[in-house]
Amino acid sequence: MTANLKIKKAPRNIKLALDNVSKSFGNNQVLNGVSLSIPKGKSLVVIGGSGSGKSVMLKCALGLITPDSGTIKVDGMNTTGYSADQRNELMKKFGMLFQGGALFDSLSIWENVAFGLMQNNKTPKKEAREIAIEKLRSVGLGARVADLYPAELSGGMQKRVSLARAIAAEPEIIFFDEPTTGLDPIMADVINDLIIKCREELGATTLSITHDMASARKIADNIAMLYQGKIIWHGKAGEIDKPNNIYVEQFVHGRADGPINMDAA
Amino acid sequence: METATANKEKPTNPLTYAACVLLGFLQRIGEMFLGFFSGVGRISAFTANGVRHSFTPPFYGRHIFRQLIDIGYYSLPVVGLTALFTGMVLALQSYTGFSRFNAESAIANVVALSITRELAPVLAGLMVSGRIGASIAAEIATMRVTEQIDALVTLSTNPFKYLVAPRLIAGTLMLPVLVLVADIIGIMGGYIVSVFALDFLSETYLRQTWNFIQFMDVFSGLVKAAVFGFIVTLMGCYHGYNAGRGAQGVGAATINAVVSSSILILIFNYVLTQVFFS
Repeated sequence: MTANLKIKKAPRNIKLALDNVSKSFGNNQVLNGVSLSIPKGKSLVVIGGSGSGKSVMLKCALGLITPDSGTIKVDGMNTTGYSADQRNELMKKFGMLFQGGALFDSLSIWENVAFGLMQNNKTPKKEAREIAIEKLRSVGLGARVADLYPAELSGGMQKRVSLARAIAAEPEIIFFDEPTTGLDPIMADVINDLIIKCREELGATTLSITHDMASARKIADNIAMLYQGKIIWHGKAGEIDKPNNIYVEQFVHGRADGPINMDAA
Repeated sequence: METATANKEKPTNPLTYAACVLLGFLQRIGEMFLGFFSGVGRISAFTANGVRHSFTPPFYGRHIFRQLIDIGYYSLPVVGLTALFTGMVLALQSYTGFSRFNAESAIANVVALSITRELAPVLAGLMVSGRIGASIAAEIATMRVTEQIDALVTLSTNPFKYLVAPRLIAGTLMLPVLVLVADIIGIMGGYIVSVFALDFLSETYLRQTWNFIQFMDVFSGLVKAAVFGFIVTLMGCYHGYNAGRGAQGVGAATINAVVSSSILILIFNYVLTQVFFS
């Protein structure tokens, strides 16, 4: 009942909203009342240094970590109290690109890409393989990699396969965890282009976390900065160079001295 | 925490100091107890979850089959060799003992009884714990560390159903089969030593074994085996699933899986023997 009431209250075009989300591990308060919302079809990039709570925030939004307090709404529905089955259903709306790829090393590349299709949609093997090869092609990989195993691919190729897996089931919301970390600048830009392309083709809403400013500038509609478990700045991508915020300025220009003290992080 | 800060300040009054030491000691005992009970609680919840998902669809047939082969078929050489040499040494040892009071004829009985009731299930359990428990823990812990388990969740696949249930099912089903094979090979080991080294009559040895052995001897061993198979796979999954970070986390998970399953096997062996034979 409460969920239904909340639907009416929530603005229609907000796809994903975090409201006052807090999470601590033991005495370590990682998230301290994070609130943000992403309109449908838009891309929000959350920037922040190591230890700022970016990963925990993303995992809370995904439902991999349960927050201590606060709500996470998808299409206006509060998802924090979901049961395992409801969560499984919800996950079908989500796609996630993990930082390290997180490909299943016991499965071949095409089985990785088609994993969600075969498990959930019960797509027949032959058809799933065709879709997987098509998705691989859309991230710039040829059909010949389909039968290889993740360990046989380079880091950049693994990232592309992981992207193909994330978009294979045509999700409504895609999460990117440091999509360009560990890649050379050219490959990083290739991945950025692919992210933009995938988003445009699927019309998906995306939430990314990164500390790569080049990537953030390129893929973001909006940028938010997380510092010490709080959103300290929020604005359009174009405003990032004139943020009127000393913390954001220090981060964007990558200066060691300033209000952000990395020793404390 | 309070006592820790108090300790740092080093109170000058010896009485206060003694109180701080005593409090620290009590605090540690309390922490150990709480740690123990929360551990038991976590394992129980994990077990309940694992068992529940073993009996509810969807079932991953291909995974169960692969685990059956891995746990059953590929453990045969290790378990078979263990059983063979245990049976052989048992015949040899009981001969040296029993011949002192002309009771050599009891060798066949001793071998059959020890193998089926105790040695085959316990030794097979321990060998499988080293082989399978460790590999399950390392595999699942690596999946945890590299976020593959999180990836499973984001692909709407329950890791309990996909990873834990097939291993629990395969372990519980395959260990009795392994132990049945170990029973036969172990008794054969005793037979080989008795007939070829100790000059027993082949026919007499076999008849004695066959006449003496009872259904309950073999059955109790197989029930033990099923329990041990469950313990080994459960501990492998539990420690792998809850692994800490990095390579160290994987190493610790493997150690914990093997140590805890070995100890639990020995404890449950006693409990089950008590249940069956008293």
